[in-house]
Amino acid sequence: MIRLTWRQFRGAALLTFAGLALLGIALGLTGAGLADDYADGLAAAGGNCNSPFSSCNDFIQNFAQDNQYGFLGTMLLLLLLPALIGLFWGAPLITRELESRTLWLIWNQSITRKRWLTVKLVVVGLASMLAAGAAAAIVNWWATPVDKASALDWPRMAPLLFPTRGIVVIGYAAFAFALGVTIGMLVKKTLPAMAITLLIFAAVQVAMPILVRPNLATPVTETLTYTSDNLDDVSLSGDGTIHLSAKLPETGSWILSNQTVDSAGNPAGEFITLPADIMAGPCSREKTMEECVAAVSALGYKQELVYQPIGRFWPFQWAELGIYLGLAAGLSGFCFWWVRKRIV
Amino acid sequence: MSTVLRARALGKKYKQRWALQNCNLNVPSGRVVGLVGPNGAGKSTLLNLASGMLAPTAGTIEVCGGRPAADVNQLTKVGFVAQDAPVYSGLSVRDHLDLGRHLNPAWNDEVAQDRIRRLGLDPKQRAGKLSGGQRAQLALTLGIAKQPELLILDEPVAALDPLARREFMQSLMESVAEQEMSVILSSHLVSDIERTCDYLIVLVDSRVQVAGDLDELLAAHYRLVGPRRETDTLPSDQQIISESHTDKQSTYLVRTASPIHDPSWTVSQLSLEDLVLAYMHGAATTHERPQLEVLR
Repeated sequence: MIRLTWRQFRGAALLTFAGLALLGIALGLTGAGLADDYADGLAAAGGNCNSPFSSCNDFIQNFAQDNQYGFLGTMLLLLLLPALIGLFWGAPLITRELESRTLWLIWNQSITRKRWLTVKLVVVGLASMLAAGAAAAIVNWWATPVDKASALDWPRMAPLLFPTRGIVVIGYAAFAFALGVTIGMLVKKTLPAMAITLLIFAAVQVAMPILVRPNLATPVTETLTYTSDNLDDVSLSGDGTIHLSAKLPETGSWILSNQTVDSAGNPAGEFITLPADIMAGPCSREKTMEECVAAVSALGYKQELVYQPIGRFWPFQWAELGIYLGLAAGLSGFCFWWVRKRIV
Repeated sequence: MSTVLRARALGKKYKQRWALQNCNLNVPSGRVVGLVGPNGAGKSTLLNLASGMLAPTAGTIEVCGGRPAADVNQLTKVGFVAQDAPVYSGLSVRDHLDLGRHLNPAWNDEVAQDRIRRLGLDPKQRAGKLSGGQRAQLALTLGIAKQPELLILDEPVAALDPLARREFMQSLMESVAEQEMSVILSSHLVSDIERTCDYLIVLVDSRVQVAGDLDELLAAHYRLVGPRRETDTLPSDQQIISESHTDKQSTYLVRTASPIHDPSWTVSQLSLEDLVLAYMHGAATTHERPQLEVLR
């Protein structure tokens, strides 16, 4: 049965792993140079990279910019790969045998459906996880310096980078595969099964960072007094309102909310209306932004940040991998039950 | 005499429609059973139930003494060549034999290789490139080399041309003669089973109309032609299968265990085709017909 499964799966597997090997070669050839360039550039620039006007910062900005296509491209690949596995490996796994009626051949050999399904799920399921794991590993390695350079714009914990870094991609692939198989078994036709698999998988991937991931652990709430280090953005408008946002000392955290609170700790709204004397005084056109912010601080305004800190990256990766592997196992269990009860 | 297939009040319902209902059968082992009936009568449903591809909605079915497809042991006992003889189009003939060898403990490789040689199939040929007849033969080879107690074939020759049909039936019969194997094969054509089967099941409108030993069935059915007579004047032991009347003349097809002595009738025996057609016709005219007993 393993032989047969391999014979049926061989073409698709070879195509995929050949593609991944090409990706590996391309990233492998450029990756080492990229890491060296980054290290050399930082050493040459020296100084305080935190200052926005340092040559070090210029280098980092340019480095991120130069490599943004590779960075975004590989990110997109890792976002799509699990979906493609679900669509092209999962959904047709059983529908193809139904449509070509070979199920009637194989189910009448001296092999139980349980064993038939076990072999299929294990062989193709492991290949799915292997493909996703290999792609994630090579992209993670390649992107390490670019991740560092673009850490301000692309926090590792945030919804776009988190699912393409670390180990969660393996869980996504396992889940997408099991989902495809299950939908195929229920729908019985390849194309509708692929479409439904894509819809459900996309919905789960959108729901995860909205509904589940923020609550994997209680977010940290921190109330900051404005300093020149933690101020992220200040916009003062002529009609007498000011908008403030702050940043955290370390990069990579996922900021869930970033709002200004008044002296009582209540949300002050997006735009704070400043008293006329402050608008005419410290926040007038002649004064510096620092003086204006100091005056706003003196009124008792602070910035409240709710976030999932970067320190939770690996606990969250393991938790999310566990959730998705659990979902995949549940779907597989359903498949076993279904082939025993409801059949063709 | 042991029973190879036993059905009790067996039924299968698809959504709103019964594909098979109240089916009672006791098929003795060692026979070549022909299952005939028009398209859509429920033949495939019955055979899929027997192979365990479908689960019954009502009643029970037992094949070779067990529930179909219940475990490996049960799967070993039954071979099934499904409608249109499905094979893996991407795999070669040899791959199919490998598959059969690895997945069947009782596989007889000698038989398989020998059949492939005699059929002139190229082992390297992809199954998708085979003709319909060759594909059917390959599927049959898998079924035979598995050496089951019962081989079930669903419309095995429906898609074949007359020559391939004859070759297929011939090679099936040779294998049956070599191995001690019961066979159930379905067809919507009487001619397919005429030369090969010794047991008959007629299935029309999702119901079994008649089942029994072919010779006994033929011996117990008569065509009676004579002056016009009403149905109720016939003796009670003569079961009317079909009837037709003109102004002066009546023609009855009856089934009876006792000889017919009434001198007013011209009595003749039925051919298999007549018999099957009579039951099909009877089912079409009478909607509710009591189930017939198997004649011993």
